[in-house]
Amino acid sequence: MATGILVLVEHQDGRPKKTAFELLSKATELNVGPVMAAVIGEAGLDMTAELASYGASKVFYATGDTVALPQGGPWARALQAIVQAADPQVVLAASSTIAKDIMPVVSARFKAGMASECTELSAAGDRLTARRPVYAGKAIVDVEIPQGIQFFTTRPNSFAVAEPDTSRQAEAVTVDGDIEDKDTRAKVLEVIKSESATVDLTEADRIVAAGRAIGSAENFSLMKAVAEPLGASIGASRAAVDAGYAPHDWQVGQTGKTVNPSLYIAFGISGAIQHVAGMRSSKVIVAVNKDPDAPIFQIADYGIVGDLFDAAPMMAEELKKVLG
Amino acid sequence: MKIGVLLKQVPDSETRIKVKADGSGIETGDIKYVVNPFDEYGVEEALKLKSAKGGEVVIFSFGPKKADEAIRAALAMGADRGVRVDSAGVEGSDNYAVARVLAAAVKAEGMDIVFAGKQAIDDDSAQVPQLVAEFLDWPEVGPVEKFEMVDDTTIKVERAIGGGSKEVIQCALPAVVAAEKGLNSPRYASLPGIMKAKRKKIDVKTPDALGVPAAEMGADAALVKVTRWSPPPVRAAGKVLKGELSETIPQLVKLLHEEAKVI
Repeated sequence: MATGILVLVEHQDGRPKKTAFELLSKATELNVGPVMAAVIGEAGLDMTAELASYGASKVFYATGDTVALPQGGPWARALQAIVQAADPQVVLAASSTIAKDIMPVVSARFKAGMASECTELSAAGDRLTARRPVYAGKAIVDVEIPQGIQFFTTRPNSFAVAEPDTSRQAEAVTVDGDIEDKDTRAKVLEVIKSESATVDLTEADRIVAAGRAIGSAENFSLMKAVAEPLGASIGASRAAVDAGYAPHDWQVGQTGKTVNPSLYIAFGISGAIQHVAGMRSSKVIVAVNKDPDAPIFQIADYGIVGDLFDAAPMMAEELKKVLG
Repeated sequence: MKIGVLLKQVPDSETRIKVKADGSGIETGDIKYVVNPFDEYGVEEALKLKSAKGGEVVIFSFGPKKADEAIRAALAMGADRGVRVDSAGVEGSDNYAVARVLAAAVKAEGMDIVFAGKQAIDDDSAQVPQLVAEFLDWPEVGPVEKFEMVDDTTIKVERAIGGGSKEVIQCALPAVVAAEKGLNSPRYASLPGIMKAKRKKIDVKTPDALGVPAAEMGADAALVKVTRWSPPPVRAAGKVLKGELSETIPQLVKLLHEEAKVI
């Protein structure tokens, strides 16, 4: 009988990523049945103890050469096999690149409903209900999946990470991914790692972003100076990206990334609807803009009217002083 | 080549969305509708592929009669014809049902490749390209920033995988390719293009005719049910710090630490 929540654990260098702890914590808090973890990846992965400390009672492993790299085809098949073995009521994943590849596909194989990019989850009997933004966050909908297995992806940083309890234990279960030939019709040829491998904006807890006023790609060094003491990631408005000052990867907004940090500092960003759509759920927003009438001051928790070229270096200096 | 494009008509991104007081939906009175921006990249890539390889570009859309306007806009860019699966009577169909019926329409026409936008900017689910591929038993790749044909049955694409890193993926055709912003620069429809588009054909099909019973579509049959609509949480304006930067900057950092407690 389908019961409990199965969390897809994303990992890097043999360790679970923060989103895994976030979801295991939430699943434990929801208390609708056993909390289980799905680990897909290279042979030899052992994260059982750590996943147990965040609430998993069972950890399913589908590992090996065919699934060593996150790839849509093989990982979808492996997740399907784990879902079959785990028999959960709910399958939960952070809304990441690989989750977007595989969650819809796996949900379809189980004729199950899937709600994407949820920001809230609630218990409803032994099932969950969710809330998710639509129209780039201009409206919120409550959703239910009354029949069958429920598939949810969640926006990173939506839930708190609980204190781990290292006395907890979990059972490790090996599952055969059952990869078929047709699962390899698409194959990753090459991974081009960025020189500054950083946390993806969608998962960043702190972001420093600039608008078109930054004036050049080189001037982003001013943003990096502010970001460094904060351990923050760099973002940009669409205008800055379209002007060629920043890669599309840094774009926050409706046609860029939706971010959910605890701190978002916006330099020279006016606050157009489409940009706000991408950062409105930030816990704290700081805006620095020369124009006192910039719409961004309507939603910023703290605002400073000033020139970013004066403010940014001073802020970098002050942050270095205070944070070290 | 038979090149398909999935296309959706959606409210323009500038639209001020107003949730109805009873939470049953949004006010649709004043909305300006457009081609989903991500689908435009799909249309453009399809047209480029047609220029290179010959063939035809067919637009597939699930929607009401009004959606013909969006299909026409793609025809004006240069697509050859459209197939609209009528949503009349099956409004409120969820991603699963819409993908099912779009896949049926694509299968009936026999496409070699299908482009789609990575997500629709109204629902923001980012599921339909993957679901359509699954129902066609095809692979799906996306969100794609670079696209090329390696040979007649193989494509090579590039996509971002987070943190600034990218992946180069090779994929066998037929496949669904989900487009990301930056894949190309969608062309503007020329006036001759707009005139020609008026005479291009849009076939309208019903789900039943495509083998998907209407009873398995619509709000009642939806696997995912929307129970309530709400406006987003209100963000009240905070404080604008007054004074010289030499004062306000340290003040800000102090507030972030002591008041907001985020550093």
